Amino acid sequence: MFKKILIANRGEIAVRIIRACHELGIATVAVYSDVDRAALHVLKAGEAFPIGPAPAAESYLRIDKILEVAKRTGADAIHPGYGFLSENATFAQACADAGVKFIGPSPRSMEKMGSKTRARQEMEKAGIPFVPGTSRGLASPEEGEEVAERVGYPVMLKAAAGGGGKGMRLVHTRQELRSALESAQSEAQRSFGDSEVYIEKAIVNPRHIEMQVLADEHGNTLWLGERECSIQRRHQKVLEEAPSPIVDADMRRRMGEVAVKVAQAAQYTNAGTVEFLVDQQKNFYFLEMNTRLQVEHPVTELTTGLDLVHLQIRIAAGEKLGLAQSDVAIRGHAIECRIYAEDPDNNYFPSPGKITLLLEPSGPGIRHDSGVYEGWNVPMDYDPLLAKLVGYGTDRRQASMRLQRGLAEYFVGGIHSNISLFQRILSDGDFQDAKLDTGYLDRLLARGRSADSKSGTMQSEADGLEKIVAIAAGMFMVLAPTSSSGNNGGAADTVSSAWKLKGREEALRSLL
Amino acid sequence: MVYEVIVDGSRHRLELERADGGWSCRLDGAPVQVDGLIPRHDVLSLLVAGQSYEIKREQTATGLHLSVAGVAFAIEVRDPRSLRSRQKAAGDEKAPQRIVAPMPGRIVRVLVAENSEIEAGQGIVVVEAMKMQNEIKSPKKGIVRKISATAGAAVNPGDVLAIVE
Repeated sequence: MFKKILIANRGEIAVRIIRACHELGIATVAVYSDVDRAALHVLKAGEAFPIGPAPAAESYLRIDKILEVAKRTGADAIHPGYGFLSENATFAQACADAGVKFIGPSPRSMEKMGSKTRARQEMEKAGIPFVPGTSRGLASPEEGEEVAERVGYPVMLKAAAGGGGKGMRLVHTRQELRSALESAQSEAQRSFGDSEVYIEKAIVNPRHIEMQVLADEHGNTLWLGERECSIQRRHQKVLEEAPSPIVDADMRRRMGEVAVKVAQAAQYTNAGTVEFLVDQQKNFYFLEMNTRLQVEHPVTELTTGLDLVHLQIRIAAGEKLGLAQSDVAIRGHAIECRIYAEDPDNNYFPSPGKITLLLEPSGPGIRHDSGVYEGWNVPMDYDPLLAKLVGYGTDRRQASMRLQRGLAEYFVGGIHSNISLFQRILSDGDFQDAKLDTGYLDRLLARGRSADSKSGTMQSEADGLEKIVAIAAGMFMVLAPTSSSGNNGGAADTVSSAWKLKGREEALRSLL
Repeated sequence: MVYEVIVDGSRHRLELERADGGWSCRLDGAPVQVDGLIPRHDVLSLLVAGQSYEIKREQTATGLHLSVAGVAFAIEVRDPRSLRSRQKAAGDEKAPQRIVAPMPGRIVRVLVAENSEIEAGQGIVVVEAMKMQNEIKSPKKGIVRKISATAGAAVNPGDVLAIVE
């Protein structure tokens, strides 16, 4: 087993990995950028070293600096978390060259799955069902028109190197195809430095369901059940659950077997996720494989009883899985909310700044994986994920009720968060009836907030609250006239004083 | 004490005094049985005729907010006997209004020129944070008296970006 692991990440996932290491008796090394000196992952780690300025390209993406820290501290393995360098085959190779174990798949498997067209070619060879279309970039608009004619409109154009919805175009008719292809190619070139775009049949109102797999380095590969991830905004997942309400035992086994085949075709090792699109007839098609730990892994942990990060570390250390497919049982139901620093009342614009008050939920069936604390200044430089709140219960209804109870206890003050969005989703009839597809959240948001918050059916209740709040305002004046946490207008104290210092320093210099 | 409390734009008159180890409270003239204490900073436990409320306070760049039962309210508290409060109340509509950055970020573009006329809701500057762009809009119709934002500059919450009169 490893003696010391470096965590090449930040935020809640770095904290989550550090905790797993300490549970296994492994020492930890954190790395941090200039704005993350006081970040939670630095406070929790055994050792911590700076790796550069705030922009990720100058810190968390600097392979050389991270390996230098690994060497200096004698770390014998690196966990990349998700995002940043987690799916970077060059990094995995550099770790191997430096004699440090990369906790994840081999660089070869990552390369196979990193390009969507290469992944499709592999799947074609292995006989895996995938969405009809091409497995190579389109050579010309004519080829695109010919393929679209064959598979039938609407079609989806996708960047081979794509992710996060970039370089993607939905095309309904032959007339739109040529200009859509050109703009998708130029966007792909700009975003990924690679203009390769392929075509596939667009599945109307699909569900997005993914299967967790786990493979050791001795040829054993298991599936651990699916996650329903259809609730998305701008192709970003917002809420995930396990199991999927539409997947029964038979479909789960079939999806699991396909996912294992996908992993084996890529000689995959460690934890990975095979994503599927599912159509309204419950046919499922291979979409892509994510060669890392997923943000939403806790819902699988809660419904299988397995700790995926422990298993990742054990696998990377060369241990055998020690369990068979028949040992994997799905029990209960788990739902995860991604708590983001963003403003639901202002088009979900990111809301960095100081957390002046933090009330965290607890109690039965609640898991809270957080990367923040009261007094922490959420930097503007990274992904706005603050924490993940997971509700767990005997069944979907209980998990949802517990999560709603937990959300009601949850309060993040000083910055905006999307907590209210989850109250809306969980109390929505379509969500409760599990009528989900990837267009669900856009439809909910388009309906406006008439049915909840301060207007609509709860008007009388809101009127009552307004009176309560009026009394509370006076009571605060009498008992504690000023907010003890200070004004968030001056929240970025460190930043503003840094600017002042810089200004003074420059003023002084000009005097000398 | 007598307070004028403005909750999301609607005014209430609140009379609140300590009395006989408890509280004497009238809201808009009607007596209310209340008890309050601060269990931790910025949190108020309020009992109103036995109903228990947990109220959270936030002082942000955009003002004072109180949240209860998942609903946030914009709050202004005035002491009607204070001269400054009276002046502020009277001059609210016409007074120059400072447009402040609601979050740390970087100025991407300035959309209006100084001394130009502006409509309520019209964009003034575009601020970028966490790779997202956000238009900061004018809360009222008027004249842009001053633009202190410059493209490319970093801003902190509460920094004045412009003044609209």
